[in-house]
Amino acid sequence: MVSLTHYLALGAIVFVIGAAGVLMRRNAIIILMSIELMLNSVNITLVGFSRQWGDMTGQVFAIFIITVAAAEAAVGLAILVSLNRDRTALNVDEVNLLKW
Amino acid sequence: MELLFFYMFSAGIIGASLLMVTRANVIHAALLLVLTFFFMSGIFILAGAEFLAVVQVLLYAGGIMVLYLFSIMLMNVEVSVRLRQYHRQSFFAVAASLILIFEVWTVLGRGGSYPAFKGFSWQLGATPGNVEALGSVLYTKYLFPFEVASILLLAAMIGAIVLAKRTIDR
Repeated sequence: MVSLTHYLALGAIVFVIGAAGVLMRRNAIIILMSIELMLNSVNITLVGFSRQWGDMTGQVFAIFIITVAAAEAAVGLAILVSLNRDRTALNVDEVNLLKW
Repeated sequence: MELLFFYMFSAGIIGASLLMVTRANVIHAALLLVLTFFFMSGIFILAGAEFLAVVQVLLYAGGIMVLYLFSIMLMNVEVSVRLRQYHRQSFFAVAASLILIFEVWTVLGRGGSYPAFKGFSWQLGATPGNVEALGSVLYTKYLFPFEVASILLLAAMIGAIVLAKRTIDR
């Protein structure tokens, strides 16, 4: 029997993998993909709660999260495409014009 | 049986996402992320969320990841394969991740028992099924957030066009 703790643990592990990817990698595209991974791990948690209580609200919010992820991917990739015009490699530690 | 499939899909998710985070080639990372999304849709089916599983494959694997792959083809990513892959703050990042997973481990361990699993309020093939139950909640109780989400998508569409346009005519 799969319990709620299984879903929560899986969501937490995938979230931490995504967070480590965001913090460690230099490539901006892989950072965006890691953010997608983190959003999806939250979906796993919501679906686990939805199953536990037999309530649809978790799945409704998972759909909203997918919407936000699509918007984020579109805008983020547009920023990366416009950033790629004046530099060759998309490394986040080289984009430091506004850094203190 | 359900537990066996859960562990299989979980192993797939964790393995593919670990590989995705560590690849130097961006295309490989994108394809591994698609694989992760397929395993996640398996988890959703196990949890009785059939509509979300289909949306996961259609929207994430079919829509968002194709957008990623097209954008990767628009940029030149061959250069960055030969460069240093990890940030200088990697040590702190690993430390923060370990602290985070330890915290979650502690909370889950001490969380005590959750209320018992009540069973699905919908069943496969029954009326109302999962899609019907989801639609009836989404279009009545959550109608306003649904409309706000459509405004968000419109704003993202306009923003993407404006950002990716080479010059803006005034």
